[in-house]
Amino acid sequence: MSALARGWQGLRWYLRTFSGESRWDDYLAACARDGVTPASRREFERHRADQVEHAPMARCC
Amino acid sequence: MSITSAAPRGRIRSIAIWTVVAVVGATCWAVLALSRGENVSALWILFAALSSYAIAYRFYSRFIATKVLELDDTRATPAERLENGVDYEVTDRRVLFGHHFAAIAGAGPLVGPVLAAQMGYLPGTIWIIVGVILAGAVQDMVVLFMSMRRDGKSLGQMVREEIGVVGGTAALIAVFAIMIIILAVLSLVVVNALAESAWGVFSIGLTIPIALFMGFYLRYLRPGRVLETTAIGVVALLLAIIGGGYVEQLGLEEALTISKEHLVIALVVYGFVASILPVWMLLTPRDYLSTFMKVGVIVLLAVGLVVAAPVLQADAVTSFATDGDGPVFAGKIFPFVFITIACGALSGFHALIASGTTPKMISKESHVRMIGYGGMLMESFVAISALIAAVVIDQGLYFSMNAPAAMTGGTAEGAAQFVGTLGYTITPDQLNAAAAAIEEQTLVSRTGGAPTLAFGLSQVFHEAFGGNLQAFWYHFAIMFEALFILTAVDAGTRVGRFMLQDTIGNVWKRYGDVSWRPAAWSASAITVGAWGYMLYIGVTDPLGGINQLFPLFGIANQLLAAIALTLCVTLLIKHGKLRYAWVPGIPLAWDLVVTMTASWQKIFSDNPALGYFAQASRYRDARDAGELLAPAADRDQMNQVITNSTTNGVLQSAFAVLVIIVVANAVVIWVRAIRAGSLPTTEVPHTPSEIVAPADFIATADEKRAVEEWEAEHRDRRPARSGR
Repeated sequence: MSALARGWQGLRWYLRTFSGESRWDDYLAACARDGVTPASRREFERHRADQVEHAPMARCC
Repeated sequence: MSITSAAPRGRIRSIAIWTVVAVVGATCWAVLALSRGENVSALWILFAALSSYAIAYRFYSRFIATKVLELDDTRATPAERLENGVDYEVTDRRVLFGHHFAAIAGAGPLVGPVLAAQMGYLPGTIWIIVGVILAGAVQDMVVLFMSMRRDGKSLGQMVREEIGVVGGTAALIAVFAIMIIILAVLSLVVVNALAESAWGVFSIGLTIPIALFMGFYLRYLRPGRVLETTAIGVVALLLAIIGGGYVEQLGLEEALTISKEHLVIALVVYGFVASILPVWMLLTPRDYLSTFMKVGVIVLLAVGLVVAAPVLQADAVTSFATDGDGPVFAGKIFPFVFITIACGALSGFHALIASGTTPKMISKESHVRMIGYGGMLMESFVAISALIAAVVIDQGLYFSMNAPAAMTGGTAEGAAQFVGTLGYTITPDQLNAAAAAIEEQTLVSRTGGAPTLAFGLSQVFHEAFGGNLQAFWYHFAIMFEALFILTAVDAGTRVGRFMLQDTIGNVWKRYGDVSWRPAAWSASAITVGAWGYMLYIGVTDPLGGINQLFPLFGIANQLLAAIALTLCVTLLIKHGKLRYAWVPGIPLAWDLVVTMTASWQKIFSDNPALGYFAQASRYRDARDAGELLAPAADRDQMNQVITNSTTNGVLQSAFAVLVIIVVANAVVIWVRAIRAGSLPTTEVPHTPSEIVAPADFIATADEKRAVEEWEAEHRDRRPARSGR
């Protein structure tokens, strides 16, 4: 893999992990491993949003 | 011990590199210290900062990690032990660094240094760099560590359990009150930046529909596609800034030129609605925008400064530093530079983040160093860049923009005359030309720091990247500052609401239920009402809100730091590490001297420009004698000055007393712990860790190999999140 491609892969990985997009992939992988039928993406994301609702995120000055 | 031939060679290379860094740093500092009245490039400040940070990170933070805290990677972190996929979650160190930085850095480090520039570039530069190395980064790192060893307990909880109920209660009240002041002052900065600026109101106003659109898009159209949604949002945001340039053609100029008082009402209503709406609608998408803008701006700033290499226009030290009669804020260099620049050097608010979400996500103990210490160094870099932006603009313009309207009369002629009395020259035509260059009606008395920073940045970017885009860059800068602040206001109001519900919930159980509407709404209303009232006081103050309130903000923030550092010292002593108590002890002592001196002066000084109560009694005496004192125009304004100054004075006294209570309570524990050698704490006992991950930003070859082996071993058992 060329350095450029590696850099792009790294950046993509970072942004997806940072923004939480990769959670869905982790969840699918976990379901596959455990032999469970995954929920729909909509349900999954809604569940995550509900968790955020009750955990105030702190933002400083 | 076997030494391979590669080891000494690596060692020699390392010594060579660090010698070079030290020499570069020393040269930059020497140039800054010795040059007077010549053309000094701003790059000297930038590189003095960068090399100092590198050395501090490499040596001092390592000393704290290995000797003082004894970070132990064989210990499982709360994230590993309690992983639940919600708040406790093993997170890659670099991703967590990003999250932590996004949480601690906002508008604070952009505003304080700009205001402190009235004393010249040197005091601010020295305090930001020395302060972060010895105080701010130490506080963040040690609090993060202490909270991590206690399953991510909050600052208030730790003070209550480790110091005492009295101290804990005082800390809880102080945290809430300080947060209110911080929200009020940040909102004041936004109001001052947007008042009478149709372009600004247009673009900032559009961020609300943009965020709402993103929220609905993410929830209903494309669930989970955060990056795609953010990209759309950023493009829309840039279009909103460009569109603002056409408000006149669109015939919206009059409708969008809004007075400060009306902006206060808009902001209070917005704050209330935003804090009771579901987070997915407004807060989460706005946070994505603000985070990506934050990173983009920092990169742009660093590149812009290096390319433009502007020359410093300010004096190294101005006469206001020694005489204490500066127009931006009153008081001498000591203690007021150290108060005005809180974020970027030492910010107590970070202790709330370092004892909140971050400690629950750390995968290995060694990461405390790069996230706690490293994250704060990065914020300090933002503060240094902001300082540079303020000291490379024409200083006549700087003072015209930052002196309250009471001094400039609010007109170009008045401002030119006023800065003339300070010893700077600028003509009314030059002032009008500067305003026209960024398509604003006026730049006179645009206090609060944001417009000055935006002007400085627009000048730097204009020089660096060319094109005829200065007006765009100015409003771009205003936009991101307002975006940071509105995000902080949204999130802060919500945090305040949760704190209030939690506290009242101790007495009245049902009120603590965060999904019970009457409680949620009333707690939000109380929080918004509190900061809204302080904001209104600031906006309508005849003496100028920033001039009056910013010292209160800085002192409040640093008093919170005093509470956090007191906790750090207490815990080190309780752990039997008295010989290392100086590490948080020196910043604590310094911070107490600074904040108590400043509090003393703001409360007891008989100089009306400085002391709140002296100011109130001066206006009271005049009012009772039937006189009017400028800048008050009538009896109502006289009364207003009296009420505001008294309120500020009472708040100031209350903060100082609360902190003294916490410290006094802690000293009792110190004596007890020193006599006993050590005392038991709530630290969670050692549990062996199974996770393998590199310790620092860049993984060494050995670490990479260890991670690969570990991943191969665990591949079938659990997803490997922390490796790479």
